[in-house]
Amino acid sequence: MDFLTIIQIADSALRLATPLLFACLAGLFSERAGIFDIGLEGKILASAFLSAAVAFVTGSVWLGLLSGIFASICFSAVHGMASITFRGNQLISGVALNFLASGITVLAAQAWFGQGGRTPPLTGNGRFPPIELPFAIGRSDAEAAGVPLRILIEQANPIQQVYSEFISGHTILVYVALLMVPLSWFVLFRTRFGLRLRAVGENPAAVDTAGISVVRLRYASMAIAGTLCGLSGVYLATGLGAGFIKEMSAGRGYIALAALIFAKWKPVPALGATFLFGLLEAIANRYQNIDLGGIVIPVQFMQALPYILTVVILAGFVGSAIAPKAGGQPYVKER
Amino acid sequence: MDKIPKWADVALIPFLNLLIAFVLSGLVIFAIGENPFKALMTMIDGAFGSTYGWGYTLYYTTNFIFTGLAVSIAFKAAMFNIGGEGQAMIGGLGVGLACLFIPTALMPHWTIALVFAVIAGGLFGAGWALIPAYLQAKRGSHVVITTIMFNFIATALMGYLLIKPLKLKGAQESASASFPDVTNLPTLHELLAPLGISFSKSAPANVSLFLALAMCVVVYLLMNRSRLGYEIRAFGESPTASVYAGISPTKIIIVAMMLSGAISGLMAINATMGQHERLILNAVEGAGFIGIAVALMGRNHPFGVLLAALLFGFLYQGGSELSLWTKIPRELIVVIQGLVILFTGALDNMVRMPVERMFIAAAKRKDA
Repeated sequence: MDFLTIIQIADSALRLATPLLFACLAGLFSERAGIFDIGLEGKILASAFLSAAVAFVTGSVWLGLLSGIFASICFSAVHGMASITFRGNQLISGVALNFLASGITVLAAQAWFGQGGRTPPLTGNGRFPPIELPFAIGRSDAEAAGVPLRILIEQANPIQQVYSEFISGHTILVYVALLMVPLSWFVLFRTRFGLRLRAVGENPAAVDTAGISVVRLRYASMAIAGTLCGLSGVYLATGLGAGFIKEMSAGRGYIALAALIFAKWKPVPALGATFLFGLLEAIANRYQNIDLGGIVIPVQFMQALPYILTVVILAGFVGSAIAPKAGGQPYVKER
Repeated sequence: MDKIPKWADVALIPFLNLLIAFVLSGLVIFAIGENPFKALMTMIDGAFGSTYGWGYTLYYTTNFIFTGLAVSIAFKAAMFNIGGEGQAMIGGLGVGLACLFIPTALMPHWTIALVFAVIAGGLFGAGWALIPAYLQAKRGSHVVITTIMFNFIATALMGYLLIKPLKLKGAQESASASFPDVTNLPTLHELLAPLGISFSKSAPANVSLFLALAMCVVVYLLMNRSRLGYEIRAFGESPTASVYAGISPTKIIIVAMMLSGAISGLMAINATMGQHERLILNAVEGAGFIGIAVALMGRNHPFGVLLAALLFGFLYQGGSELSLWTKIPRELIVVIQGLVILFTGALDNMVRMPVERMFIAAAKRKDA
């Protein structure tokens, strides 16, 4: 395995980590405010469908983006209603929304496009184009030189390879996702809103006593989570893929949940955890079986590894993962 | 004093919840340009219009009775077992290994094969629930998250086993060899023919249905007439109080989860031994998740689970008929399932609060 191969795997890991990162940060805001959200999966799916459908019909990926976020926020609103207003079981609500999204996206896709529960492939302005950063070797350089891009990058020096292959050439949403990490950290740990949000997840009664509305804070966290999860779905359908395919979220919402635990409910480690899980997926995609000097690791093991690692982390054998204290409990104001 | 009479709690509120879920499902059908009433008639005809339809309806019902009972036992102990899907998959592995590798000399008749399958399926299913249960009891890891993770791990494990070690050599498909003939369970056709009742030959409903019905009785007796059942219910109602009563939380969590896993595992008898007669990928077909809806709708009572399982059996079979005859995809069932879980589970208070207010107001009027 040469240097360029490693860079290529890292590049694909970054792409695959992006939807996980958005969803993981969505879960972070939700769970920090004391609301379990196993409905991430459903929100990603709903957003992926509506963004692809609208992007196809209007030909504008930006309208697709807005619609995707809208779909995800709608699901968030139902989850908020069930878990905040009606004090229902948040886990059950999440499970229900996952099923709802999984079914309704196929039904709507079939009714609109009649292609077996998918949208037609997106082209041109229906997708987010890759952004070439300054001084990176990109498609235009390759056309000017008259050689394939692959060969041009092979000939470049290692720093240029890392820059052109790994850092440059992603769609805007990848950079937005990376930017969301420091932003989330700042909002949660350096603003008054963030302090209150975290307090609501630990001890809502104390926040209420201080005269701040628990309900409003929790709905705000739902709106943020809906937006971020929406971006995850939009990237999946218009950045990573080109259109909506049935069940295209493929368990990413659950992996994001795993990453959240792995990251111990903190934004910066969330980047590390999602990149690690993206890396595992990238390796599993590239190599079917990995031969480690006589021991062959089957691809299924690589696929299961994020889940196994999460169970190990949860078991507390490698550091401890302590969830926000008030997670999952509806808040009932004292009378 | 109770806020609402018992009949309102066990019948009226679930009925209203279901009504909302079904009205919304009807609107979904309407929105995609089909006639909801015609769709309902097609579903009823497809599920109950022939013994063939009945055979499939009862086959699905059998699956859902097992998974519904499994989820309900965990609910009674205040735990949410989302791992039914994985436990049923691994239970199926146990059933499959028993059918494939126990010499047929030891299994002269299907009844004996069934006993082996019950033991193997139950043990494998319970074993798959043991690790999440242990981690919940001893290390406080949330059972919901760990069981979700174990579903994915089970999928990967089954994928590996059916592509490599257990795969029938030379076959294209990822499936094991067929089970020996002696392990094939009699279908309802074979059971009813001696009684002079004709029943569709090609429908998969089989003797496991009676195993499922027996499980309803066993679970009822266990939960309501035994010491263990009492302890599980007490722990579920109030973990702290039950500790003072000398009930060990570790024991209850592990035993309840393993029972839940074992019953999920038994579901595989219906699917693998009764229907496919070999190990295949995705024999469970989401039944583990439907168990959640069934348990919620059945209010965690075995009889309620039975009725809810029949309803979902109807939806499942009716839904596949619907996708054959109309342009409505099979995924409609998933939408209905989601709405049922949402309204009977998460949004229960949306109906309960106004109903409670109504009864309180009525009681006040009476007093005045």
